[in-house]
Parts: sequence; structure tokens; C-alpha cells
Amino acid sequence: MEWTFIDTWIVVTAMLSAMSCALLGNYLVLRRMSMMGDAISHAVLPGLAIAFILTGSRESLPMLLGATIVGVLTTFLVQAVVKLSGLDKGASMGVIFTTLFALGLILIRQAADHVDLDPGCVLYGAIELTPLDVIPLFGMEIPQAAVTNAAMLAVNLAFVLVFYKELKITSFDPALATTIGINASVMHYILMTLVAATAIASFESVGSILVIAMLIIPGAAAHLLTDRLWLLLVLSLVIAAMCAVLGHVSAITVPVWFGFRDTSTAGMMAVAAGGIFLAAFLFAPRYGLVSRMIRQGALALKIVKDDVMGLLYRFEEVAPDDAGALGIEELKDALEGGASVRLAVWDLLRTKRIRRRAGGFALTDTGLGESAGIIRSHRLWESYLCGKMRYCMASVHASAHRLEHVTDPAMQAELDRAVGHPVRDPHDKKIPD
Amino acid sequence: MTARIRRMQLSGPVLAAGMAALSLILPETAHSAGLSSPFPSWPGWQEILRVLTLQDYNTRVVVIGTTLLGMAAGLVGTFLLLRKRALLSDALSHATLPGIAIAFILMTLLGGDGKNLLGLIAGAAFFSVLGTASVILIQRYSRLKDDAALGIVLSSYFGLGIALLGIATRMEAGNAAGLTSFIYGKTASMLLMDALLIAGAALASALFCILFFKEFALICFDGEYAASQGWPVTRLDFLMMTLAVVVTVIGLQAVGLILVVALLIIPPSAARFWTHNLRHMLWISGAFGAVSGLVGSGMSALMANLPAGAVIVLTASMVFLVSMILGSARGLLKTGLERRRLQRKIARENLLRALYEWIESCSGDADAASCILEEVPIEAMLARRSWTSAELRGTLHRLAAEGLVRRESPETCALTPEGWTAARRVVRNHRLWEAYLITRADIAPGQVDWGADEIEHILDPEMIQTLEKMLPETPVDAVPESPHPIAPPQGAV
Repeated sequence: MEWTFIDTWIVVTAMLSAMSCALLGNYLVLRRMSMMGDAISHAVLPGLAIAFILTGSRESLPMLLGATIVGVLTTFLVQAVVKLSGLDKGASMGVIFTTLFALGLILIRQAADHVDLDPGCVLYGAIELTPLDVIPLFGMEIPQAAVTNAAMLAVNLAFVLVFYKELKITSFDPALATTIGINASVMHYILMTLVAATAIASFESVGSILVIAMLIIPGAAAHLLTDRLWLLLVLSLVIAAMCAVLGHVSAITVPVWFGFRDTSTAGMMAVAAGGIFLAAFLFAPRYGLVSRMIRQGALALKIVKDDVMGLLYRFEEVAPDDAGALGIEELKDALEGGASVRLAVWDLLRTKRIRRRAGGFALTDTGLGESAGIIRSHRLWESYLCGKMRYCMASVHASAHRLEHVTDPAMQAELDRAVGHPVRDPHDKKIPD
Repeated sequence: MTARIRRMQLSGPVLAAGMAALSLILPETAHSAGLSSPFPSWPGWQEILRVLTLQDYNTRVVVIGTTLLGMAAGLVGTFLLLRKRALLSDALSHATLPGIAIAFILMTLLGGDGKNLLGLIAGAAFFSVLGTASVILIQRYSRLKDDAALGIVLSSYFGLGIALLGIATRMEAGNAAGLTSFIYGKTASMLLMDALLIAGAALASALFCILFFKEFALICFDGEYAASQGWPVTRLDFLMMTLAVVVTVIGLQAVGLILVVALLIIPPSAARFWTHNLRHMLWISGAFGAVSGLVGSGMSALMANLPAGAVIVLTASMVFLVSMILGSARGLLKTGLERRRLQRKIARENLLRALYEWIESCSGDADAASCILEEVPIEAMLARRSWTSAELRGTLHRLAAEGLVRRESPETCALTPEGWTAARRVVRNHRLWEAYLITRADIAPGQVDWGADEIEHILDPEMIQTLEKMLPETPVDAVPESPHPIAPPQGAV
């Protein structure tokens, strides 16, 4: 890998454009309008083409203007179709953006004879070439694209900071926003205008279709990592910046590992974003799939362990002194489990709560104390359910069985007080201390 | 870096695209040449006839292929639309790109023809199934909503596709030029084999739509009911998505992956305006799709510079626009006319009742002939309701045309005997409903006027009979007393 100042500029430009997209994208994700970002990024094509045909040149300002107008028009048209025809929002978006995109393709084809305009570069950009187009600024030569994207990022940042409260309220509760005097639809249209403008500012770096990756994915991944809005914004910016770095580095290294040449940075940025999202989807501390599975597994194991100890306690309670010990097979049969029981027994042995005895298991002193606590909760619950709530059916055992796992000492004391410090439960079993 | 730039120069298409992008941004002057006429010239009648009668071999293949594709997409799209999965097809079509690129790279590396259509389609189908599965996984196992899941899958798969295409175009072996036609579509390059493939797949998916009509209809309208009745909803859903995948991948070559979704969404959306019957909607949608394919590919065959995929989609959009306005079931014209008719009926009945009540309060005895003939000042009517002067005069005009109202002077009006009868009927309905609300629904007399005002316009004779039976104390052929005071007749003499 050879890294030059050009690579640095590519990464900086990509970073700025990804961050300006991600900042607004957070609000699209929160407002469940992600696909509106998709629709706008497709639909700006005719805006670009019309700006070309009208001005006959490729100046940035008319293009920005044309595309922004068409972008805002898209949201208007989608809402008009929803309101007038009763089609659902997804289908209306589908109708509008494909129509505008088709129109754009035709216009570009017509204009192509006169102006060099390739739909490909509009769709997936040409960030590799942006450092070649520089303008002098502060005595340095800075790529024009970096300047454009930095300006866009500054505008978006100013918008989000100034209207932080308004955006927050309109995103989470538009009705409340209206009652306290914030015009939700004005905020909506400002946001949509900025999304369209950002899509255009970014299209030369990541392309108009891949803009949607930068709009949605950082915000969506951050949404899995936090519940605080300000942290969401910061995290999405960090993720966007990571996408740019990872995207470019992998574009010039990964294909080489497989014996190919380098590939599109914009494409790899979207892939990097997808990879970061996948990681968040699986391993986010609170909402990640794997994390949730681990938490559920730990809870399930705790319940099986409680059950094993409870079973041993009850067995020792009633079994005559010369009876053998419960073995693993008996435990499995009684608890209707297989590997989970084995795992629970292994863990209980490891933590010295039970010990091996005469072909089976017996509680240690630690285990005896803990299981007495569980059984106490169980029998107090039975007393409470039957005595206080007149719920004395056979299923009272099952209910108490579920509740015993979630009863902490304070609740246990409260239960004891509520049922008047009983000594025996409704089945006439002794309640341990 | 210079080495990399040189590498780029080696790969022609990439550089061309790149330079175009660059020149797009540069404030360029060299190209600001005047535009003579950006639009293609119109073809003669003979050419149109040639295309329409399919005399040209090439055109025949293309036109038949796209027509069948449009039909199949219209049929399958109907169910997708009703299942509210319209945009899922967008994610699904974008997800095909990495499949195409990988299939090309693998086939080229294995020494075969990189652009073998069957291989490319297999790759596309595999990845679109993978994309659909990813969407479902994200929806099911994360806190993100449907739309975010679609956007994430769509963009990351498309990005992967672009990255892999970048590798494919820079490979020494094989010629990847033309692979991008899968993004925008390139109908003109359709061969007989491709058309046959499209025809076969289209007919098969149409057949499935017809065979599974009842099952699909059931899961579209009430999936939970279907599940409770023991239908294999998951498997039926899977079949539906498989049909969508089939239509998408065979449509890639014709209209491109960005626009193929239009064929799945627009024809059924347009068909919805014409009927409330699902079976009819299915056929209309198929027909609209076929017509779009036919007209679109025909037009692009006639005019050199029109990309077929885009023209097909725009044709479908025109069909949608026309349907939205003229549709016989939900078209704007139809619903607008119905709304106007209802509003006029309501205004007519409101005015009749207002006239009756004014006359009623003018004298103790409403049925007195002198009162019937009394001239009512329009000013007084204007104050009774929140209608504008123009609305009131328009309604009066229509009542006069019906012969229910006499106009002696521009500032007054009077009921004719026919008008009196009609007004009595309206007021009687109103008061019957008021009596019902008071006696049966236990609503205070002061509050019943508003409720009755809403419903009196849609009470049919059968309902009136039921009300009469439920309220036996009401005299059969007379108007009951109002249970609440009526606003004093302002402007009364």
C-alpha cells in the first residue's frame, strides 16, 4: 500500500461528506423516513439534468439549486399522492422516485450529446479524482470537493445545533411540538431541503445512490448503541468518519489480497458502513443480538441453577438419611432439561455450591444457605398467593415457581410481613429461615 | 500515486466516467456550446407501423420480451403492493448487483464466458434472496423500523456491488464493459435467448399468481386470520418473494436494477384506481404492465436516443397519472364528483330545513297556508348556518330549478308546495333522529341537534321506518315538535 497526500485528501473529502450526511440522517432514522432519503437521492437526477440543459454548463450553483428544488418537490409529490390517492407511503415513494429517475436518465441521455455527463458518475461518484481539482485557500491547495463538503457540514451542524430542541421534539412527538408552538411541517421541509442539498454536495464524492448509505447507516448503527440524542449525533459522526477511513483503506488494500487491483472507494465506504452496522447489530451492549442472547442465556442458566439447588434442597428435606443422592440423570428428568442441566451442575460444582456424593450431588453449606433462600421465597409466595389472594389452585406452585427467581431479600421480607410470618406453607411444608 | 493514476488511465471506462464527473464539477466553459435540439426527431408512420406489427426481427424479440416482463411484474406487484412490501422490491433489486459482479468474476476466473446470462442471473437471484433475508433479520432482531432496514440493506449491498464491479472492470482477463447495463438496463442488447428466458419466467410467475390467487389474497388482507386458519403464511410469503425475485432478475437486463422496481410498483398502483375487486385489479395491473413494456420498448426502438428502461417506466407513470385522475373506482375525478354531489345534497337539505324552521317559528301554526307562502329574507337564512352568501345563493338557485323554491325578488325566497313537502320530510327525519337520541341513547335534548345534523343526510327510507317503529309515540304523518329551542329567526318581520 502506498499512501500519498492524495489518499489523505480522498479520506478527508469522504469523511466530510459522510459526516454531513450522517448528521441529518439521524433525524431521518428517528422519524422513520429513511426511505425518503433514498427517494430524494434517486430523484435529484432530473434536477441535475435540467440545470445542465438550461444553463448549458456544469456550474455548481445551478446544479445545487436544480437538484434541491427537485428534492423538495419529491417530498411534496409523495405526500400529495398519499393524500390524494390513499396509496401507502412506500408505494407512493416508489411511484414518484422511479418516475423522476427515469425522467433524469432520459434527460441526461439527451444532454449527453452536448455536455459530458455520465449517469454512472452521478450515481456512484468519482472520489478518486476529486483531489485533482484544487482551489487555493489559506495559501494551500485544497480540493474543491473538500471545501464544498466542509461548507455543507458546517451548514448542517449549525442547523442541528440551533434547532436542537425543535428537531428533538418534532422527531419524537410532532403533536406535542405543535401544541407548544413549533411548526413541525416547517421543520420537516427545512430538513428535507438540507437532505437534498447534502445529497448533491456529496454526490461527487460518494455518488447519489451511495449517499443513502451515509445518510442512514451511521444513524441506524448509533441508534443501536445509545438512547441519548446528543450521544447518537456524536456517535453517528464518529461512525461516518470511520466509514470514510475504512472505506478508502480497504478499497486500496482488500482487492490486492485476492490478487486484484484497487476498487471504488465509495462502494467500499458503503460496505464498511454495512460492516459497522453488522457489528452494532450483533454486539451492541444493550440492543445487540449476541449481547441479548448472552443476557438471556445467563438468565436461563441462573434459573436452571436455582432449580437444581431447589430440587436438591427438597430432596434432602424429605429423603430418609440412608437414601442415595440425586444423580445427573434424575436431575435431567426432574427438570426436563438436557445440556442446560449439565451446564448448571458444572457451574454449581465449580462455584462450590454443590458437591459430589455417593453417585450424585449434595448441597454444600453455601449451597444450602442459598437454596434455603430460594425455597423460602417459593413457599412465602405460595402462602401469599393462597392466603392473601385466595389463589389456591394446583397451579399456585407453578406461579410461585416463576416468582421465586425474581424475588430479592427485601421483597422476601415484605412478603413475610404481609402473610404474618408463617412457619408452614399451604402444602404444610416448613418455610426455611 | 502516479502509478495508480496510470492504472486508472489503463482502464478506459472508469477514467471516462471519472473525467465526466470531474468536468461536471469544474466551472467549465469549453463545453457551454449551444444546444441545438436535445430531443430526437419523430419517426414516420411507416416506421411506427413496422415496429407495431413486429416486422423487424430485433424489435420483435425486444418488444415481446418487455411486454411479457411488464405483464409478469404487474401481476406479482399487485400482491406486493397489497402486502405493503412495495419498497422491499427496491432493496431486493439493489441487492442483485454484488451477485452479478461476483458471478462475472467467478465465471471469468474459471475461464468461462463472464457474461453468461444464466450465470449472472443466478448470482443476482442468490444475492437478492440474501438481501431480503437481511431485511427480515434486521426488522425482527433489532429496534430499527422497516424503512431503516430497507435503506441499510439497499445501500450496503449496492455499495458492495459497486466495489466488486470496480474490481471486475480492472481485471486483466475478461471484458466487464456492459456489466453496468444491469444498473440502467439496456433493452437493445436483448437476444432471442434472453427474450425466451424472460418469456418463460414471466409465464411461470403469471401462472403462480393465478394458481395461488386465493392464498395470496388472504395473506394480503389478513395475514393473522390466514395463520389462525392454518395456512402456511411463512411459506406463502416466501413464494411471493420468490416470484418478486424472479421478476426482478429477469427485468434487470431490460430496465435495469434501479427502475425494475417501478414495474413492480406503478402498474398495480395505477390499477387500484379502476376497481375495488382484487381479481380485476390483478388483470388490469398485468395489462398496464404489458402496455408499458410494449409502448416503452416500441418508442425506444423508433427513436434512437431514448433508453428503453426509462421510457417504459415513464409510460407506466403516464398510465398512473391518467388512472389517478380518471380511474373509475378511486380516481380523483370520480371521488371529487361524488364529494361535490354529497356536499350539494347536504346543502340542499340544510337549506330546506332552515327554511322550514324559519317558517315554523314565524307563526304558531307552521302548516298555516299563509306561512307557507311567506317570503323569507335571504339575510335571515345566511345567519342560520356557516355558509357563505355564494354557497347559499347557489343552493337556492338549484332548489329553484327543482321547483322547490320560488324567487320573487333577489333578496327573498319562498317554498313552493312541493318544497314544503320536501322540507317537512327533511325536518321529520332530523327530529326522528333527535327523538331517538333522547329516548334511546340518553343524550341531553340540548346536544342532539348536532348529531342529527350529521346523520339526517344519509338516513334511508328503511332506516326511517325502523326509527318510526322504535318511536311509536311519533305521529305517523306529521312533523314532531323540536325537542330544543330553534335559533330565533333573525331578520324576521
